[in-house]
Amino acid sequence: MSNDHSGRIRMMQGNEACAEGALVAGCRFFAGYPITPSTEVAEHLSVKFPKIGGRFIQMEDEIAAMGAIIGASLTGMKSLTATSGPGFSLKQENIGYACMAEVPCVIINVMRGGPSTGMPTLPAQMDVQQARWGTHGDHGIIVLSASSAQESYEQTIRAFNLAEKYMTPVILLLDEIVGHTTEKVIIPDESKIEIVNRRKPAEKPKDYLPYRETEDCIPTLAPFGTGYRYNVTGLCHNETGFPTNDNKIIGKLVHRLVKKIVMHADDIIEVKKTMLDDAEIGIFAYGSVSRSARSAVLKCREMGIKAGLLEPKVLWPFPKKEVLAMARKVKAIIVPELNMGQMAREVELASRCAVPVHKLGRVDGNPIDPREIVDMIKGVV
Amino acid sequence: MKPATMPTEELMGSGHLACQGCGATQAMRFALKALGPDTALVIPACCWAVIDGSFPHSCIDLPIYHTAFETAAVVASGLKAGLEMRGDTKTTVMAWAGDGGTFDIGLQSLSGAAERNDDFIYVCYDNEAYMNTGIQRSSSTPVGAWTTTTPVTNYKREPKKNMIDIMAAHSIPYIATASTAYPHDFMRKIAKANTFRGTKYIQIFAPCPTGWKLAPELSVKMARLAVTSKMYPLLEITDHGQKLEVWKDFEPTPIAEYMKAQGRFRHLSDAEIAGIEKDVEAKWERLLAKERMLASIPGL
Repeated sequence: MSNDHSGRIRMMQGNEACAEGALVAGCRFFAGYPITPSTEVAEHLSVKFPKIGGRFIQMEDEIAAMGAIIGASLTGMKSLTATSGPGFSLKQENIGYACMAEVPCVIINVMRGGPSTGMPTLPAQMDVQQARWGTHGDHGIIVLSASSAQESYEQTIRAFNLAEKYMTPVILLLDEIVGHTTEKVIIPDESKIEIVNRRKPAEKPKDYLPYRETEDCIPTLAPFGTGYRYNVTGLCHNETGFPTNDNKIIGKLVHRLVKKIVMHADDIIEVKKTMLDDAEIGIFAYGSVSRSARSAVLKCREMGIKAGLLEPKVLWPFPKKEVLAMARKVKAIIVPELNMGQMAREVELASRCAVPVHKLGRVDGNPIDPREIVDMIKGVV
Repeated sequence: MKPATMPTEELMGSGHLACQGCGATQAMRFALKALGPDTALVIPACCWAVIDGSFPHSCIDLPIYHTAFETAAVVASGLKAGLEMRGDTKTTVMAWAGDGGTFDIGLQSLSGAAERNDDFIYVCYDNEAYMNTGIQRSSSTPVGAWTTTTPVTNYKREPKKNMIDIMAAHSIPYIATASTAYPHDFMRKIAKANTFRGTKYIQIFAPCPTGWKLAPELSVKMARLAVTSKMYPLLEITDHGQKLEVWKDFEPTPIAEYMKAQGRFRHLSDAEIAGIEKDVEAKWERLLAKERMLASIPGL
């Protein structure tokens, strides 16, 4: 979509772009709670939804917001909430519920620094591991990232598409810089935007099994209120949705919840490569930091250093293959990020010690300056 | 020379970070004058998480525990228990939260603490919306108000939650409402609350000129008009919810005078304001009837 310049041009904040993307994706339900730096997503939808038959509910807390979007989604509505660090922590139990019950929904987390209240108005990327493992228990999950208002718009649409396709919660991580920067967004014609809708059961209600074993491991949940009677639970359950203590069934269920994402990783994973073909130094960066990294690549090239950039647009499932391919070509990998190395660790694992991985972490609320990346690259070279 | 009518000791200094005309800031100053230095504060996420400033410029000369949004009351429970275990029985613990942290996200922990009758004063400074995050509605926002999540095209239709009745249902020893326009009354209530053992709940009406689209110099006037228009009755509930006293010794003023001074109500028509006035009058009559009813039950 980014290469299509035929669309309307608008100036938007990343948070507003998320709200606009949600509208285009078909989202008609938002439940949320005010929290900096994500509140503009809610504010924007509180104005838009009532005019188009959508429903905006400001909830009494973060837990309630997460619970409400799962409820709305069970009726077939595409549902969204937006939050930041402390609210994301509070939502975790219900995110696990949505993983277990396989209820699609989208959670936007505009990251601030932590732990605890941390830095409400400053950028950070400290929730990338929490997005993967914040809720308890083994589970698969999809986590997207955006580095600009344009990507915030596009990735919100993609988040809904993936949630509906794979029947799973999808988390979109922005950081404060992306959420609050107002910049150009090209909005393509709606006919050019791919929208995925939830699969509907083919069988009659009497033959229906919500969690029926299928080759693609994806269940087909009929919207509540359409005549299909079934049970939804956070307990381990069988194909009917009713709880079970049968160890064989439990084992199969947990395996399937993880496999559902892993087996479709190639369809889900998306990376953007910049000057990586002949690169000797590879940079792995996401979110607002990838903008500094892009600038660093250009500066290095001017100096005759062959640097390149791998930008994961999907953080989880982690793009292992793409990282390994880069590791086999370059002499060193630099991972600048606004945390103490949460993704650098993953890069190290995925590169299988093929090359040294250098962390460039910042946790003081400042963005990473391209010069810091250039300096580190010069040191490594 | 007239004698001072309130303590001259200042536990809240100048240099706070509040907006002009902030009622929450006036309220804190009066509350600390009433309590004195043997006080520990618990403040969750709210404007006051910012107002007291950062080191070395903090404006409060007391220990403060800034806690997570949903935990003001339970943290106060723990703090008080710890102090008692160390043999400290004289330090007053005061939880100080906004209406979002009280009516919404903090309600569960406040209810838990009140049911256990944990020994602290809980003050809700009520400015009727989430002001620190930029004016979003709370369940304390009055009917008819604009906020950034209740736009004028879809302004708030639901009435303000009745927190006082919720707290009264917990049978705690002392409940009161107050207004920044009546500081002596507020300080008396804080001091009185401190004479009871158990959970004490005081809700003070604290205008927010920024969030209400109000001229800052009208802050105190609005706090007065809220009371005299019967929008915000001043009352005390004692004897574990069994005795109610409503303050009635004022000249009533029309609600329009109160509402029309504030931008958050500007979109309302005269007919809508008249409708709100009718509701307020009916609630006031019910409140007085309740006061008479409770007074008429013998043995209480």
